[in-house]
Amino acid sequence: MTEQAKKPKKQTRLHEIWVQLKRNKLAVVSMFVLIALVLVAILAPVLAPYYYDEQNVANKYAPPSAEHLLGTDKLGRDILSRLIYGTRASLTMGIVAVLIGGLIGILIGAISGYYGNWVDNLMMRLLDIYQAIPMFLLCVALAAILGASLRNAIIALGLGIVPGYARIMRASVMTVRETEYIESAKSINCGVFRIITKHIIPNAIGPMIVQLTMGVGSCILSGAALSYIGLGVQPPTPEWGSMISEARAVMRQYPTHAIYPGICIMIAVLACNLLGDGLRDALDPRLKN
Amino acid sequence: MAEKLLEIKNLSVEYHSDEDILYAVNNVNLTLEPGETLGLVGETGAGKTTIAKSIMRILPAAQAEITSGEILYRGENLLALKEKEMQKVRGNKIAMIFQDPMTALNPVETVGYQIAEAIKRHNKISRNEAADRAGDMLEMVGIPRERLGEYPHQFSGGMKQRVVIAMALACNPELLLADEPTTALDVTIQAQVLDMMRGLKEKLGTSVILITHDFGVVADFCTAVAVTYAGEIIERGSVDRIFNNPQHPYTQGLFNSLPSLEATSRRLKPIKGLMPDPTALPPGCRFCERCEYATEECAKKAPEIYEVEPGHTVKCFRARRDD
Amino acid sequence: MAPLLEVHNLKKYFKTKAGPLHAVDDVTFTLDTGKTLGVVGESGCGKSTLGRTLLHLTDVTDGKIFFEGEDITYPSRSKLKKLREQMQIIFQDPFSSLDPRMTVGEAIMEPLKMRGGMSKADMQAKTKELMDTVGLAARFEHSYPHELDGGRRQRIGIARALSLDPKFIVCDEPVSALDVSIQAQVINLMLDLQEERGFAYMFVTHDLSVVKYISDEIMVMYLGQMVEKAPSDELFANTLHPYSKALLSAIPIPKYPNNTKRILIEGEITSPINPKPGCRFAARCRYACEACSQPQKLEEYTPGHYVACCRYKELINIKEEM
Repeated sequence: MTEQAKKPKKQTRLHEIWVQLKRNKLAVVSMFVLIALVLVAILAPVLAPYYYDEQNVANKYAPPSAEHLLGTDKLGRDILSRLIYGTRASLTMGIVAVLIGGLIGILIGAISGYYGNWVDNLMMRLLDIYQAIPMFLLCVALAAILGASLRNAIIALGLGIVPGYARIMRASVMTVRETEYIESAKSINCGVFRIITKHIIPNAIGPMIVQLTMGVGSCILSGAALSYIGLGVQPPTPEWGSMISEARAVMRQYPTHAIYPGICIMIAVLACNLLGDGLRDALDPRLKN
Repeated sequence: MAEKLLEIKNLSVEYHSDEDILYAVNNVNLTLEPGETLGLVGETGAGKTTIAKSIMRILPAAQAEITSGEILYRGENLLALKEKEMQKVRGNKIAMIFQDPMTALNPVETVGYQIAEAIKRHNKISRNEAADRAGDMLEMVGIPRERLGEYPHQFSGGMKQRVVIAMALACNPELLLADEPTTALDVTIQAQVLDMMRGLKEKLGTSVILITHDFGVVADFCTAVAVTYAGEIIERGSVDRIFNNPQHPYTQGLFNSLPSLEATSRRLKPIKGLMPDPTALPPGCRFCERCEYATEECAKKAPEIYEVEPGHTVKCFRARRDD
Repeated sequence: MAPLLEVHNLKKYFKTKAGPLHAVDDVTFTLDTGKTLGVVGESGCGKSTLGRTLLHLTDVTDGKIFFEGEDITYPSRSKLKKLREQMQIIFQDPFSSLDPRMTVGEAIMEPLKMRGGMSKADMQAKTKELMDTVGLAARFEHSYPHELDGGRRQRIGIARALSLDPKFIVCDEPVSALDVSIQAQVINLMLDLQEERGFAYMFVTHDLSVVKYISDEIMVMYLGQMVEKAPSDELFANTLHPYSKALLSAIPIPKYPNNTKRILIEGEITSPINPKPGCRFAARCRYACEACSQPQKLEEYTPGHYVACCRYKELINIKEEM
């Protein structure tokens, strides 16, 4: 309790979080699933038996076989290969969108929370207005304005999730701002920039990390939905959402064509949510010991 | 000897965490006579609150484990009771109040309702009667009856603590465990609350275990003192004996390190060092490392409890009489 | 020579929805190098705000502050930077006043880094020296605050305050969160450092036995106002203001049998929002009269002993009846 410092090994915060996280088996499994998914995305050309756009119209709607483990689609493309390549677009969408939304959200939240008063009021009211527009509609509108492409879908998704993150960050910053160590930092002449970046953000980021992890899942989901309605990834690039969309027409005859990408989406989203859940417990100091 | 109200025998409590076991209470023996007011003093982490929570059986079940011992309340072992039976004891015969009055009050219910509920839990009486009794309780702690309908946030800190005390005393318990009841209050308010508690104790004949780190409060309020250190009770005796003739070097050290209002020297005499890590307690006397009288024997063997005067016991080899 | 710190009619009001909150109202005092001013009062009396206002951690509403004879009430940015090196603060809660993500070494080095003009090696050497000064073993350099006990954490806070060689340190209840045996260690450290380096301390606390011990002069505050100020021994020997009397008598004394009589004051502290012009203690004072509803003047009873009570002369002869 008092003299843990005696321990020879330096206990870093990361290590501590890892120790806490290890307790939650589901979270650890989820983490490995996510790592595996990222590897699949990176190594897609190596792993996939065929190129995603390799057509063989003669062999369309083939049932699963040794050559095509999950069968082929309407153009005779290997479904497994398309799923593997599809990981790229789906994960990129989830991760990059969250990075964009998270970064802007953290910045707005931190500034708003730190300065308070009219700055806070102004920013929050603007966000209120922004949030009054349904997020999905916003994505659709943005994708429609900017044109349908993977990049624009990501931007649209990223901008759509800003308000949520900004609010979480703001609340978190407002708690940290009141602590004595911020006052202490002021008393030794730390500038505003240093106080925000060195003291406030590192201490306020905990709840954000959880939200960001879960956000990846929901962005994959929204991204898939955008692609499904044709505003995301454009053919022939495979993406799980657009694959479901393509399978729509033949849903009755070949239900598996929609189910496979559906399962992929489910696994990725579930993994993100479970890891987020685990991180929340690991980051909560009240649950320590 | 008169019947003891409470008798704790060889109580040991451990807290488990991922890496280690924290020995919070180690072989504690403690008795309380009816009507006695015992001050349980010691520093942070000395195990005072754990002892009280063990009596109430409200230790966090996930981490805490009572590894040995008995807690006899009027001869009945509380640790052997079923949870259902324990519920009848809790609040009714033994009540506890905490340092932070806010944790004991529900912010969305009126004060009157909460006191009445506490009364109804253990007595079969009508709603009106309970409300009436609640009013009496409030008046007893010096709050006008009219404030029954108010919510906790409408009361100041000192007033909230009075409400909590009224709730705790609502069923006329025989034993009150008060865990630092005035620490969060200002001195003038503390004086008011202590004054009120003293009056109530005399009127109702309640026995009290007062947990505190403030010797001033003990001198003011208690008849007996037990000093805890690293999960053990190292000295117990009447207030007079402990204050005017402390035997254990730790107790002596504590008194010496207090800044007194009469002091003239500009230096305090602190006890050197820190309390031992409760996850790795030394094999011998727990105070050994910080003690100026420590011998080789102290480092090897834990001292037993020696009685230096009837009712005054010390856990230190220096108190041993060679006969 | 001008005193180190001179404060004239300092006021700090906070805006609230219900009206201005008079946190500090009309406080005047001077403090010399090497001396300690104790500021006592109950929660909400403005004692912490006073310290923070002096260090410009919050703006001044009205009044004047002089430091080494220079008016620093509204300092420029560059002046403020210099001032903060000379005026430091030690916080009450060693658990919340240290950034949990900074190691002990980083926390102590931070002020040096902010001042600039030192090489990394020099800063590290100075950090080691500071740790040694406040009695922190070198092995804790890479520990995080949560791994240390309260006493050691407070030593980190002291080291941080010392690092810039200040002349004036505000100590905001620096030992009230510590256990008695540790409290004594920290107080001794602070006294030794003062003797060695001649700081002036402003020691804010609600613990009167500690303040008597450490202070040369004591100021009693009630609801933002200074009600009495006197040399330490004089205050305890000849308490004049009814509030000071009640406060002093309310301290539980660790002595048995203890025959000091308590003066219980009725009621609780009133709101400092939009206070009435008269004596703020009047509502709880048993000697309150007509004249108390008028603003109270600070009068000098004996040299250096000031009191803000219109009836203090009559009260000297009244024995407190219980």
